[in-house]
Amino acid sequence: MNREAAAWGFVAPALAALALFFFLPVIAALILSFTDFDIYAVADLNNLRFVGLDNYLQLLRTPLFWTALGNTAWFVVLGVPLSIAMSLAAALLLDSKLARFKGFLRTAYFAPVVTTLVAVAVIWRYLLHTKYGLVNWMLGGIGVGPIDWLGDPRWSMPAIVLFAVWKNFGYNMIIILAGLQTIPEELHEAARIDGASAWQRLRHITLPGLAPVLLVVSILTMAGYFQLFAEPYVMTQGGPAESTVSILYFMYEQGFKWWNLGFASAVAFVLFAILFALTLVQLRVSERWTR
Amino acid sequence: MKRGGLLTNLTLWLIALFALAPLAWMVSVSVMAPGEASSFPPPLVPTHPTFANFTGLFADTDMARYLANSLLLAVLATGMSLTFNVMAGYAFAKLRFAGRDRIFRLLLTALVIPAQVAMIPLFLICKMLGVVDSFAGVLIPSIASVFGIFLVRQYALSIPDEMLEAARIDGASEGRIFRSIVLPTLKPILATLATFSFLGSWSDFLWPLIILNDGRKQTLPVALANLSREHVQDVELMMAGSVVTLLPVLLLFLLLQRYYIAGLMAGSVKG
Repeated sequence: MNREAAAWGFVAPALAALALFFFLPVIAALILSFTDFDIYAVADLNNLRFVGLDNYLQLLRTPLFWTALGNTAWFVVLGVPLSIAMSLAAALLLDSKLARFKGFLRTAYFAPVVTTLVAVAVIWRYLLHTKYGLVNWMLGGIGVGPIDWLGDPRWSMPAIVLFAVWKNFGYNMIIILAGLQTIPEELHEAARIDGASAWQRLRHITLPGLAPVLLVVSILTMAGYFQLFAEPYVMTQGGPAESTVSILYFMYEQGFKWWNLGFASAVAFVLFAILFALTLVQLRVSERWTR
Repeated sequence: MKRGGLLTNLTLWLIALFALAPLAWMVSVSVMAPGEASSFPPPLVPTHPTFANFTGLFADTDMARYLANSLLLAVLATGMSLTFNVMAGYAFAKLRFAGRDRIFRLLLTALVIPAQVAMIPLFLICKMLGVVDSFAGVLIPSIASVFGIFLVRQYALSIPDEMLEAARIDGASEGRIFRSIVLPTLKPILATLATFSFLGSWSDFLWPLIILNDGRKQTLPVALANLSREHVQDVELMMAGSVVTLLPVLLLFLLLQRYYIAGLMAGSVKG
């Protein structure tokens, strides 16, 4: 009995904090999303009314919400495969027996991951400068004309993808490297004796062996990329022509610029629902594949 | 075979260049004379290196204060995380109490909920508690984290029960056992958790942006974002600001990368 009390003493502080500052707010957000909580309700709770599904219905009629949804989807569709391909390539090369200076290279690849997002976004804003940026200078070297990366609505999202891949590929690379260690060396040996080429071994041994890790990586990366916010906040302020307004950027502006907190809560829940649904789909697809 | 090796290593160094060039460029521009970087072709190294941007940054802006704010907040967040997550993680692994496994499973489901869902009501709760615009408000979401508890629990599972039982038979209290047996065995994971917490707090952007309005209390990332909107043309000054923001975390990472990477793998491969 005494030991049970002691055990509760150990977990109670953390559980209380999580209950009060995470679980309670999540439930409250669901309730808020059915109210017209706005600047008047912030001042006086008597101004609060339940509006049922009105926020969600209004969301469907808000063009900027659809723009934000489309922009975020574009960022995910372009960024996630590119980022995972880059991580996979870096991990495979680094895992190769031919590679030298592995320790240094691994640290170098991982350095962008630990950097503070806002600070490196500021750097990239200048690297992507149309006239004085290093990116266009290098492209100019191979004869590609200057691109107005952050000023042209067609290029603004690809520019942010380039930045995001740079920032994140080291993270997944580490996880994939760990996955590579779990593939038995004997499999490669046996295949080599049977005369399998490097490409065949990659295709039939390495990639199938990595499948579970790649699934985890793709779920985590997708969830992370859907939460795009600081990049457009710092680099483009949602522009040009609203081409980089993301779901969270839209939520932030609705909530903390216009104080439509009920409406913004509905946006947050839509994001949650999308992430939840996509995670389930990915798990289903992988179940079918592995069977 | 030899050509393959050359190609592999060449590609590896190209990727390293891609990863490091932006950071190297930042350092180089931060010591250029004002205006020097805005010319064509873009200069890679300063003609006359100068620390004027750094002295200007600390003299003309409140950078020193923001640096102190960020340091203080990161240290406090790390301290809280090390206290509450470690206690809870150990209890979930090694102590018995009613509903333990059910509660733990409930906690794990929380990992699929993006933190931003909680932010709007959390802001209102902070308003009710009167901690908007204070460091207490910034710290509230980092008191405990599901990920932290999970990380510690997985590691603590490997502590042998016999060791704890022996101490109990000798009459040691649960608090005593925690301090003198559990904490020393958990050392590697404590280093991992500390690195995660410190970096997480240092880089956090959205929540401090929401909860802090008072300019004097801002953290480095929030201040840097504001500064970059005011000083769009001052490339050299902004790069000095980025150096100040990045230097502490990059140094910390170089010192503790072993623990950081170990934790990353424990957290994601199994999670």
